[in-house]
Amino acid sequence: MVLKAFFPTCCASADSGLLVGRWVPEQSSAIVLAVVHFPFIPIQVKELLAQVQQASQVGVAVLGTWCHRQQEPEESLGHFLEGLGTIFSHEPWLQLCRERGSKSWSCKAIRQQVPVAPGVPSEDQVMLIFYDQRKVLLSQLHPPTVLPDHQAGDAVASSGSLAVVFDTVARSELLFHGDQYDEGPVRLSHWQSEGVEASVLGELAKRASGPVCLLLACLLSLVSAVSACWLWKLWPLPFIRSKLSTCEQLRHRLEHLTLVFSTQRAQSPTQLMRKANMLVSVLLDVALGLMLLSWLHSSNRIGQLADALVPVADRVAEELQHLLQWLMGAPAGLKMNRALDQVLGRFFLYHIHLWISYIHLMSPFIERILWHVGLSACLGLTVALSILSDIIALLTFHIYCFYVYGARLYCLKIYGLSSLWRLFRGKKWNVLRQRVDSCSYNLDQLFIGTLLFTILVFLLPTTALYYLVFTLLRLLVVTVQGLIHLLVDLINSLPLYSLGLRLCRPYRLAAGVKFRVLEHEAGRPLRLLMQINPLPYSHVVHTYRLPSCGCHPKHSWGSLCRKLFFGELIYPWRQRGDRQD
Amino acid sequence: MEDERSFSDICGGRLVLQRRYYSPFCWEFCLTCPGLSLCSLTAVTCTVCMILSAAIFITLLGLLGYLHFVKIDQETLLIIDSLGIQMTSSYASGKESTTFIEMGNVKDVVINEAIYILQQKVIYYLCILLKDPVEPHKISQVVPVFQCSGPVLAEEWDSWIKWWFHSKISEESPYCFPETLH
Repeated sequence: MVLKAFFPTCCASADSGLLVGRWVPEQSSAIVLAVVHFPFIPIQVKELLAQVQQASQVGVAVLGTWCHRQQEPEESLGHFLEGLGTIFSHEPWLQLCRERGSKSWSCKAIRQQVPVAPGVPSEDQVMLIFYDQRKVLLSQLHPPTVLPDHQAGDAVASSGSLAVVFDTVARSELLFHGDQYDEGPVRLSHWQSEGVEASVLGELAKRASGPVCLLLACLLSLVSAVSACWLWKLWPLPFIRSKLSTCEQLRHRLEHLTLVFSTQRAQSPTQLMRKANMLVSVLLDVALGLMLLSWLHSSNRIGQLADALVPVADRVAEELQHLLQWLMGAPAGLKMNRALDQVLGRFFLYHIHLWISYIHLMSPFIERILWHVGLSACLGLTVALSILSDIIALLTFHIYCFYVYGARLYCLKIYGLSSLWRLFRGKKWNVLRQRVDSCSYNLDQLFIGTLLFTILVFLLPTTALYYLVFTLLRLLVVTVQGLIHLLVDLINSLPLYSLGLRLCRPYRLAAGVKFRVLEHEAGRPLRLLMQINPLPYSHVVHTYRLPSCGCHPKHSWGSLCRKLFFGELIYPWRQRGDRQD
Repeated sequence: MEDERSFSDICGGRLVLQRRYYSPFCWEFCLTCPGLSLCSLTAVTCTVCMILSAAIFITLLGLLGYLHFVKIDQETLLIIDSLGIQMTSSYASGKESTTFIEMGNVKDVVINEAIYILQQKVIYYLCILLKDPVEPHKISQVVPVFQCSGPVLAEEWDSWIKWWFHSKISEESPYCFPETLH
């Protein structure tokens, strides 16, 4: 196999010295991590390497020599470097050489133990692959390849060679602590030589995060303890809680915050990203909520809203009354059964009358309620939207009631009709066998059955029309609520931190690598540049999206149509722990 | 003798009726139609302009989208022995999308033959066979290469293969073959 030497771009301009890194024999690749400069004492170099090996479980060793020389080759240096091969024995021994100021590189890999001719060391073909050490250190491969555990160390036969490179660089943090400008015994050159990265704000945030996390974790645990108190389990509070989407959203947010401010450190980069995503999502939510709050409280919008609310509810009730009057007449030219029509129409009209009186009773308190509800927007835009959705549900409660009445009536009629239709044909539903069986009926049974069947058939258009109208209204309300829930879901589950990272620091999220062939001269080794291929945005969203509330429609279109046809009640937004109506 | 009176029509426009008397047995009546209202003219012109510019804008957007996402300018296949195979597609807008497959995952590069039974022609296309990570002897995926230009007819392949093998032998670095297709 061709020997692959991974060389960091930051060391390309470093002075001559020793190459330190990891040798992977299965893939015949040498991963150079740093360059040790002269002067050094071999014992100290070996001690440092042993330290690094113990701390990081990576087999770091001296791989060869690096020579960055002037145009005229210095003979003494050349011999000295060759002599080093005997002190730090490594198989194969790399000799990389670069002429200062030019692009011509030369590399040789000498093997002592596999002689082609006895006594003559053999040389391998070498391919140089340059990589940006800082970017490889900070990036994370997707999908994350689980390399064998740290105790096993070097078992890399099954994983890809590139995952090994990333893993090696990421684990050798200890090697990058010392620098060539430090006063220590060994002077190294690596990515930190271009300038050690640190930021005052970052350090301060790290120091402050400990106590802040502790404080917030205590507060949050207090809040969760209060909410889990036995008082909340008394009926009808759990029922109300399960129906209101606000409570669901608040619980969801509480879960998120508990996870973010937990005092445990994140085990893996994925968990860290998840925490960061949750934090950014909560912050954005609160920021948007505060903007909404300031908009609401400016120029007395709340007062205007409260003033507009009662007339709007009145208007809706009036329109419903017109609709019922129209249904009680001859709607769309259809002829209704007068008696049933009048009964149903008057029944629903009375309900609307009750509803209007209730709204008028509430009207003095509406502004206060709205003001306090508006304050809840500081908990987040999602909470405000959930409250809006709940308010819509409460204000259209009468439509929901009408829909339930209409649906129940229609459902009863359909079941009655199907059962009597079976009787008409002389068949019966066998409950035991769950199938239709033939049955012989008495004459009077048949007579009454046929009578009832005829009655139901002729009353069907009236009931069906009422059912249709109220179902459409209910579906309209459900659609509006659905859109609000969709928006809430979007804010909840979008991984903003990951998207921002992909935009600003694309090398952090790597889908893979890409290679570019650098200028090639005859007789010189092949040089490639390895760059990081960032993850596409769709994959970022797919991998890092946060789990949402789970309030998704559980039905497919087919089952929805079937339920509508048979008059079964539909609940598109089933929340967790809901009871059947 | 001339006489003039103005009336308004059913749409509110102004009509002018002129009456000319030449002689007791010769009268002329002249009715002037309501003039073109400037408001309606500008409104209609603006609407048409907006519709046209919206259509132009949408066409431009569509063209940009086509150039950026659909129209592939050039495809490159880079084979590095013992490292892997890299496929790059560069689009007309300059975007480049790269996929790198490690050599450990590649079983082989093959030329597949496809026979169109109804159209009665035979085509050849190059593809990469990927190994299954769980079972190394099974093939998990077949990745066709040079997707934009599509498959090549049999006669063309002959000259392709001969040229490729010839260049492989004469090339000094036997372990890296860049293969470019426009």
